[in-house]
Formats: sequence, structure tokens, C-alpha cells
Amino acid sequence: MSVASQRLLGLIRKEFLQVLRDPSSLAIAFAMPVFLLLLFGYGVSLDARRVPIGLVIEHVSPASRSFSAGFDYSDYFQAHYFRDMREARQALLTRKINAIVHLQADFDQRLTGSEPAPIQVIVNGVDANTARLTSGYVQGVFEAWLNARAAWQGQEAPQPVQLAARVWYNSALRSRNFLVPGLIAVIMTLIGALLTALVMAREWERGTMEALISTPVSVREVLLGKLIPYYLLGMGGMLLSISMAVFLFQVPLVGSLWVLLVAGTLFLLAALGMGLLISIAAKNQFVAGQIAIVVTFLPAFILSGFIFNIDSMPWAVQLFTHLVAARYFVAILQTVFLAGNIWEVILPNALALLLMASAFLALALWRAPRRLE
Amino acid sequence: MWWRIQALLIKEFLSLLKDKKSRFVLIVPPLVQLFLLSYAATYDLNQLPIAIYNEDRGSAARDLIARFNGAPAFREVLRIERQEQIAAAQDSKQVLMVLHIGQSFSRDLLGGRQLAPVQILLDGRDSNTAQIALGYARNVISQFNSDWARQHNQTGPPAELRVRAWFNPNLESRWFIVPGIVGLLTLVVTMTVAALSVAREREQGTFDQLLVTPFTPAEILIGKAIPGLIIGVAEASFSIFMVVFWFQVPLLGSLAALYIGIVLYVFSVIGAGLMISSLSVTQQQGLLGGFLVIVPGVILSGYATPIENMPELVQQLTFVNPLRYFLIIIRGVFLEGLGIADLIDQYWPLALIGLFCLSCAGLLFRKRMY
Repeated sequence: MSVASQRLLGLIRKEFLQVLRDPSSLAIAFAMPVFLLLLFGYGVSLDARRVPIGLVIEHVSPASRSFSAGFDYSDYFQAHYFRDMREARQALLTRKINAIVHLQADFDQRLTGSEPAPIQVIVNGVDANTARLTSGYVQGVFEAWLNARAAWQGQEAPQPVQLAARVWYNSALRSRNFLVPGLIAVIMTLIGALLTALVMAREWERGTMEALISTPVSVREVLLGKLIPYYLLGMGGMLLSISMAVFLFQVPLVGSLWVLLVAGTLFLLAALGMGLLISIAAKNQFVAGQIAIVVTFLPAFILSGFIFNIDSMPWAVQLFTHLVAARYFVAILQTVFLAGNIWEVILPNALALLLMASAFLALALWRAPRRLE
Repeated sequence: MWWRIQALLIKEFLSLLKDKKSRFVLIVPPLVQLFLLSYAATYDLNQLPIAIYNEDRGSAARDLIARFNGAPAFREVLRIERQEQIAAAQDSKQVLMVLHIGQSFSRDLLGGRQLAPVQILLDGRDSNTAQIALGYARNVISQFNSDWARQHNQTGPPAELRVRAWFNPNLESRWFIVPGIVGLLTLVVTMTVAALSVAREREQGTFDQLLVTPFTPAEILIGKAIPGLIIGVAEASFSIFMVVFWFQVPLLGSLAALYIGIVLYVFSVIGAGLMISSLSVTQQQGLLGGFLVIVPGVILSGYATPIENMPELVQQLTFVNPLRYFLIIIRGVFLEGLGIADLIDQYWPLALIGLFCLSCAGLLFRKRMY
């Protein structure tokens, strides 16, 4: 064995020992993914099911009853009946219900009149997204009722154009199927940066950097010695996350595991490289920790396309998202998990990850300390 | 006692702010994020790339397409000529939605007896956006339906929905998301300041020195808590200023109600941070602990996904989450115009969380001396 590789092995061994003695690194790599995936997988859902809705029906008649039955039997709603608008408003204000559907006393008479009979719907608009979904569901119940009523009376359908939606890749629109793969990217961003963000800063702060520099090891070896152990830890965490997604959350893995692992390697190198760069530039654990938190979690959460659609952002922000490595990894993960090995998506994104990884590592090498200042 | 605390405060502020880099990370990144994230975090669709596959030659189909093109939510990037192109456009993520109008569309529509189907194909890889896009498409079509009925002199529908949204009439999700970001950034900044404070002294060995001085643990605790409180409140104030004057979110309620909420919120976050910090021996442990609170704190707060959608058990868990209460406070004050009296139920849990965590931190100060 050459001297150089012996030196490298020694460095790796030192880093591993450090990991084992302060188990918080092991916790970052293994406990954190399990904890976060459980929390997200079970806790987060964008599927509004059983939305509490208030119905105020001032005069009960066959027509109003057939209308409200649509809410009683819908999976999307949990219907609550109120005697008058005052009570219903109170419930809306205190968030017991998300919306009110109000049929006035003269609803029956006006149904046969020349003008359409009004059905008043009030939604709580504070959460605009939920409000929009809720009013969409109300619209669905309403249109189904209209068409059923027309068919029963032998009239023309009042809603002549009917929308038939088909969803590809995730036909049940199970939000867990797209959240869990995206989540793996968020978690790996955290792991990658947290593992390495402090490692160089720590050597500076504790004064051991001087000892390292005065040994014959080269800068490249120091960086590799930091990179390899944390890469192995990170890949372990990644495998754990993928198996949890597949076996625990039953997310279908349509594409191949190998593609995921290669993409994961590229992504992890980018994340670790970013962590190392932060650590080298900061030289101080407090600053490194702050930067690591600020540049990893929120950007990976909000700017990666994991929850918020990138195409809808202003173009300047869209441009910025290209600097967020998680963005590419989210696209690869969602595609490989749900759609399969589609190279038109995988290759450009993998290339972007490769570029980011090389850029971060090159910068880290360039900025790495060669002398004590 | 007061001058001793004052001395501690000076020491804490010096160690936080004397270094140029740590001054920088406390001020600049949160502000950059406020802008970036506020513009990015929206559920409103805008210029979503779609493809159109029209097999019908009638004018009704052209009219429907014009309506999709006219809607700001959609942008046609591809006209599909053959069935096979659909899969390719979807697979490569070139478009998120395909509008497919079949050959018999105009005939069915003019015939009147039959429903004219319009097919929409969505990419379920991002099922949230898919669902929102479906809602927008449904709106375009129901508008088309009612206009069609009016133009063709049919006996229009016997009833109609009149939808009104309270507090946010145009349903702008930015009004909902941007005040929330104030809570998020305040959480991240104050949590890390507090979580690293004791851990740093432990790692550097200066905590033992502090413990052998005449300071009581309570004084040390206050000395550690106040700088974070000041930094957190200052940052929240600046963010709120930007939310009101830059992002133009209406502030309907009272500023006093908001500030009581901010102070209590920052107090509870610092309590949690100091508790983590007093459990940690190294800064890495402090950082990890902070993360283990921040991440679930954001996820389970109702910031991005509604709490009502969570399972019952997880909903119970959110009751120990300070951000949950703060989001209700800040959104309530901004959009619903709530006052102090309406928010009592949000204030006291925050105070309770803060007091509980701080007392734990105080106990742990003495227990963990190594």
C-alpha cells in the first residue's frame, strides 16, 4: 500500500472515530431520516378529505333535500347543519367549518322561475389554497346535482361540456406518493450539509487545524478524508429512506434502484461539497451552523418544486431555483419513483447535479486552508 | 442583581455580534430569504405550461381553447397533432397538463342531447399542482358552459352558485403564505441562536467558568434568553414591515395584538432552544437538536399543509408547536383583523411552552456539568 493511501485511510479512520464518539453524526445520518419520514409520511397530506362544511337550509323540500344529499354522501365533505346563518357564521369564524352553503327559503319557487335560483356559498379565504379546493368540490357537487336533476326531468344537460380528468403516474392523486420521494431530497439536503458543515470549522475552532496542517497530509487528502466517511453515512441514510418509502409507505418504485443510487451519489456529493465549502469559509461553528440551516432547509423545502410549483414562480425566482441542488434531485426522484426511467428527465438533471457537485468540491479545494493565517 | 444581568447581556451581545461573519449571518440571509421565499411560495398557478390536442374542427372547440389561452393560469407551449405525442410531452415534463378535445366535441355540443366530453390529462408526479390545475380547468369550463347556455338561448341552469370568500376575496395565496414566512424565519434564526449559545460555551469550556461565578442559574438563563429575544423581535419587526409595505398584505388588526404574539412566540422558541442547548455538549449536537425541532415545527404548523388534513394523533402533537399558535395569530391579525381578546387562547399556550422549557433548561444547567 502506498504511503498516500495509507495516510488517507488514517484520516478516514480518524473521522469515523470522531463520528462514533459523538453519536450526533450517526443520529443525523440514520435517526433523522426515519424520524422525518415518519412525521411527513403520516403527518402531511394535501388531500382535503372530509372538509367540514356548514349547510343552512331555510326551507326543507324535495329539491333542497336532493341537493344537500350530495354533501352527505360525498367523501370530500363532512356536512354540519345549522338552523340559521348567524350560527353558521359563528362556526365559520371559529374555524369549526371551512365553508357555508346557504339555500334561502324561496329556493324552491325560484328554481322554476326565469332567473337562476341563487345558492350562496361563503368560504373562509384565509387559507386561499384550501378555500379554492373547497369551492371546487362544492362546484362538483352542484354540477352533479344539476345534471342529475335535468336527466330526471328529461331536459337537456345544463352543463353541456363535461370535464373528464385522467391523471398519469399517480392515478389516485395520492399526495403521499409525490411527497415522500420529494421528501427524500429535502432530508438528504439536510443530512449532507449538516454532516459536513461543522467538520472543518470545528478543527479551526478547537485548534486542531494547526496539527493537521503540520502533518504531511495534503489538502486534497484532508478533504477526501472528510468526504468519504460522510458520503458513506449519507448513502446509508439514503438507502434507509428509499426502503422506508417503498416498504412502509408503499410508494411504487417504477424505475430502477440503480438510477436512484447514481443520482443520489451525485446529489450527496453536491450537498456534502456545499457543507464543506460553508465550513471552510466560516471557520466558526456558529456561523457555519447558521448558514447551513439557512441555505439548506428552507430553499430545499420551498424552492425545489417539492411542494410549490416552480413554473408559477416569477422568472427571477425561477432562475434562482437552478442554484438549488434539491430541485434536480426532486425531479429525478419523482420521475424514477412514479414514472420510471425516463431519460429525458433523468439525464439533464443528473448532469446539473454533476456540475454542481464538481463546482462545490472545486471551490472547497480552492478555498481550503494551506497555511495558518 | 440588575447590574449582574446587564454584564451578562453585554457579554452575550459581544459574543454574538463582535464577529463580522456572525453579524452578517444574523442579518443578511434571513432578509434575502424573506424576498425569495415570499415570491416563490404560492399555490396560485401562473403560466403553467400546457399542451393542447384538438381533433375537432368546429368553432366551439376554438372558443374553448381561446379561453384556456386567455386564462393567466395556463400557457400553451405545445400544439399536439397526433395521439403519440401526448406521452412524450408528459414524460419529459415539458407540460403538466394536456387538454384533449375529441372529434365529436362540436357535434355533441350542438346536438344538445349528449354531453360533450373534454379530456384533461394531468401529471400526477406533482399531484398537488395537478389538483390545483384541475380546479382552474374546471372553472374555465363552467364559465364556458354558462356562456354557451346564454348564447344559445337555452333555458339556462335552474340554479347558480354565488361564491364569496371572506377575509381574502381574491383568494390570493400570497396573503396567506407571506405572513407565515415571518414566523418561519423568526423560528430559524432565534432557534439557532439559542440552541448554540450554551453548547458553544460548553464546547469551549467557558461554561464552567460561568457557573463558578456568583451568577445564579436564573441569572445566566435570563442573560442567555434576552439577546435572543431582542434579535428575534427585531427581525420579526423588520419582516412585518416588509410584508406590509413591500408585499402589500393588508394589516387589519391591531399591532399590539400582533406584538404580544411575537414576544410570546420568540420567548417560547428561545425556551425550546435553550433547553436543547443545555442538553448538548457540542455545537453539532445543539445544531442537530435545533434542526430536530425546526423541521417538524415547520411541517406540523399548518404553514404549507392544513392541520385539518393530518391524522388525529398528529393533530394532537401540533399543540406543543409554538409556530402553530403564531401562524394563527399573525394570519388572524393580518387578514381577519383580530384583536387581543380574540387571541387569548393562542397567547397562553405560547407562554406556557416558554415557561416550561426555560425551567427545564434551568434545571439542566445544574444537572449537566461536564
